[in-house]
Amino acid sequence: MKRKQKKQWIKLILSLFLCLLSFFIKFETKKINNGLLILAYGIVGIDIVLKAIRNLFKGKMLDENFLMTIATLGAFGIGEFPEAVAVMLFYQIGELFQSYAVDKSRKSISDLMEIRPDYANVYRKGKILKVDPDEVKIDEIILVKPGEKIPLDGRVIEGETMLDTKALTGEAVPRKVTVEDEVLSGCINNTSSLKIKVTKEFGESTVKKILDLVENASSRKSVAENFISKFARIYTPVVVIIALLLMLLPNLILKDAQFSDWFYRALSFLVVSCPCALVISIPLAFFLGIGAASKKGVLIKGSNYLEALAKTEIIACDKTGTLTEGVFKVQKIESSGYSKKEVLKMAALAESFSNHPISHSLKQAYGKKMNKKEVTKTQEIAGQGVLAIVEGQTVLVGNEKLMNKYKINFEKSEEEGTLVYVAKNNEWIGTLVISDKIKDDAYKAIQRFKKNRVKKIVMLTGDREKASAYVAKTLNLDEYHAELLPQEKCEWIEKLITEKTENKKVIFVGDGINDAPVLALADIGISMGGLGSDAAIEASDIVIMTDEPSKIASSIQISKKTMRIVKQNSFFAIAIKIGVLLLSALGLTSMWASVFADVGVSILAILNTLRLLDVKKIS
Amino acid sequence: MKKYQFKIINLDCANCANKLERILEKIELIENVSISFITQKLTFECQESDKEKALETIRKKIRKEEPDLKIEEV
Repeated sequence: MKRKQKKQWIKLILSLFLCLLSFFIKFETKKINNGLLILAYGIVGIDIVLKAIRNLFKGKMLDENFLMTIATLGAFGIGEFPEAVAVMLFYQIGELFQSYAVDKSRKSISDLMEIRPDYANVYRKGKILKVDPDEVKIDEIILVKPGEKIPLDGRVIEGETMLDTKALTGEAVPRKVTVEDEVLSGCINNTSSLKIKVTKEFGESTVKKILDLVENASSRKSVAENFISKFARIYTPVVVIIALLLMLLPNLILKDAQFSDWFYRALSFLVVSCPCALVISIPLAFFLGIGAASKKGVLIKGSNYLEALAKTEIIACDKTGTLTEGVFKVQKIESSGYSKKEVLKMAALAESFSNHPISHSLKQAYGKKMNKKEVTKTQEIAGQGVLAIVEGQTVLVGNEKLMNKYKINFEKSEEEGTLVYVAKNNEWIGTLVISDKIKDDAYKAIQRFKKNRVKKIVMLTGDREKASAYVAKTLNLDEYHAELLPQEKCEWIEKLITEKTENKKVIFVGDGINDAPVLALADIGISMGGLGSDAAIEASDIVIMTDEPSKIASSIQISKKTMRIVKQNSFFAIAIKIGVLLLSALGLTSMWASVFADVGVSILAILNTLRLLDVKKIS
Repeated sequence: MKKYQFKIINLDCANCANKLERILEKIELIENVSISFITQKLTFECQESDKEKALETIRKKIRKEEPDLKIEEV
């Protein structure tokens, strides 16, 4: 606990002690009892009264300090000494608890912020210098010793070690890395030293992006938060006005109205005039929900997205890289008479400048070193393939659509999997059959989606019909659409949005560069962080650091838990407040009981919200 | 339009945060104003060329409404 809070605690205990003293011991004159009570009040109340006076000079009257001061001084005025002290005491207990809860929540996020690296060991002019990660440039070499945090994104050029990726991905199992592996900033190096060549400056590094994201997420407010803000703005003035009416009207209207009686009721109104419980606990719930998600390796860019997740009805996903591993392997080569090696070589060279997973698989299958100089022109045709000039010959590598576009007579393959047709100088020379493995996690993900009441799971892919049908059947998806051009994916999302129940949400999950517009169109766009392109990460609302689609189910669960807590708190707090107001107006309750209920609700709401700190049950 | 973030010092109560947010929303030069009591941050968007003027107006309003508050560039 901070010093300020400790001091406050001591004041509260002292004040409580004096109260009990006054309550249990009957001194010679009542004046001593009252004196003790005034002292008790002073200890916990003087700050509030002073603040109220200062604020009054600034013209701030609907300030909770002022209202509490009026209520308690008013109570003193009508001789209710114990009540006045009790009100101030309970009020301060509530405030202290609130500040403790907020600090605890801030700390839970700052622990996450521990991933921020403080320094980097960089090799310069033959020496190792300790510098600010900000000062390291791309291509410089840094050294990360065991126990140290990796300060910047890069590629390992020397060393082999186990990495703790928990801060980024929530994974407890360490990851083995060796030369040529890409490593991300924020991970902790466990076993042995690594020499890393920096690929991104600190401003662009993963760790900086995560920090920015989590910190900024609270600034995008949810519908619930906006509602509570509006409610709070109306609530306080309304309650104060009714309190004034209670003070004045009955005396004017009713014949035998006792002034002190109605004055007392009006004061009870004033003590319940601050909707603090709601104003704090609701934003806190979203804050902790986002924090909980980031501990699972899911970065949610705004409270509004966290809120929307709970209303997911339809999930549309990309195939390659989302449901499948995106690592293609050449399974079979069919040829029209040319050597299979030749077919593979032409295809690999033509695709050598592309970043598509297919091109990587061709490179790997070819195995030998490729002389990229033999390729003098390449042109990517979206959704179809590549046209290239290799060794002076025109080579086409792509799907059926590409072959048809250039009017090539080719032999259609019956194989399942992705078919890459290769044509040289307008003649079909062979077909490569490539397949991609379905992620193990995808099965689990689909099951969890269904359990979370997602009505429809749709796959939208640019890949071939047969390969897609296979994936859709194996994963038991509700619907799939294959051989889509990027724009057709957008059209399908728009269609799904018109299909959905009003108020429910359509999610799109993707990772490729072509998915950026689709991600932007969907109600919620989710991208895979590790494999995904930077463009997809920028365009999406939620990023999954580990590329596991089942984390989407985890996010939906966290969202539902958050919204449940928000609804419970709202309902409970508003119901109790209205109840207390009614009872006070009818004179059925005392002042201190009102403030006790109010503070009690506040504390319970916050405790309820703090449940979000524990996410162990959600996998 | 660029997004700017500032740290708020001495923001003690959630209600004050809300009230201030409402007041700052009315400033024409800036959009998407958001104050988070929990993270103690002020976020807003404006044209890069308007940044200094916007800041001046914001600081003026804060001096009037919540003189204890200070804002600092992150």
